[in-house]
Amino acid sequence: MKGLLGVKLGMSQVFDENGVVTPVTIIQAGPCYVTQIKTEETDGYTAVQLGFGEVKEKRLSKGEKGHLGLLAPDKKHPHRKQVNGVTAVRHLKEFRTKDISEYEVGQTLNVEQFEIGDKVDVSGRSKGRGFAGVVKRYGFAGGIKTHGQSDRWRAPGSIGATSGTGHVFKGKKMPGHMGSQRLTAQNLEVMRIDPERNLIAVKGSVPGAKGALVTIRQAAKG
Amino acid sequence: MSDLLLKTFDNEENEAIPELNVGDDVSVHVRINVGQRNERTQLVRGTIIRLRNSGNNRNFTVRRIATNGIGVERTFLLNSPRIEKIDVQRHAYVRQANLYFLRDRTGKSARLRERRVY
Repeated sequence: MKGLLGVKLGMSQVFDENGVVTPVTIIQAGPCYVTQIKTEETDGYTAVQLGFGEVKEKRLSKGEKGHLGLLAPDKKHPHRKQVNGVTAVRHLKEFRTKDISEYEVGQTLNVEQFEIGDKVDVSGRSKGRGFAGVVKRYGFAGGIKTHGQSDRWRAPGSIGATSGTGHVFKGKKMPGHMGSQRLTAQNLEVMRIDPERNLIAVKGSVPGAKGALVTIRQAAKG
Repeated sequence: MSDLLLKTFDNEENEAIPELNVGDDVSVHVRINVGQRNERTQLVRGTIIRLRNSGNNRNFTVRRIATNGIGVERTFLLNSPRIEKIDVQRHAYVRQANLYFLRDRTGKSARLRERRVY
């Protein structure tokens, strides 16, 4: 498994030696800490939980601090385990993987696990569009503005027939809430890596607003 | 955050690019592909009518009058390795950031007053 949590910084462009321009999204990814390893015995499945993002320690609840191993054992809680290398993190996310043996709690992951040319999937929460009509939401053409029409220019048109069907089909595309859902951009090529500043540039666009949390993982269908 | 974005990748300064200003007459030496494999350097001479000089998409547009009085505009990316050299031949006194008004003018009215730099 190769996986990382990051923050989308925005889009830019890079050149190759022939001057070919490629649009890229720049993500500030990692350093991520392994905060928990889920095993078949204890959890019924295997996964690695990563933590990312700076946060003041006082912003975390005691339960969160205990989970990250930031609390020292005392008389009342002799079984607490402290973990070295983990700091207070804002986000926790699980990455399902079979090979959990390569990981241990407290380990740090950064962009160096990816190489230029790798294919990755990037997931994020898309920008919310609110209650959107069918023109914006599904690309309907709408009606005509002129020739005596009024208030039909963004209308969906007919939504069904009367006799024969007698009802509107399930799944008919209608206005409704758009965006703010988890989307994945698949098979994006890694164009640049900067381990010093924890930056990674992937080809093309990525769901979400600038400053939003995204997860990068090895391409599932690469 | 935007600061990080600006200083991201490929921002080594191309030393072949001098300081440019809107209104400058320049000749741009740009590498172009000829056929499948061959490359040669093309010379584009004209006036800079637009200069976008920030971020990773720094670019400028050169306007020249081709044969038959047809205006030709070409935009170059300043960070592109295809640009080999830029010669500035003449500076001009301009009051606009973008010289789009030159598109509507021909002949004598399309001239710019020279600004000499000593």
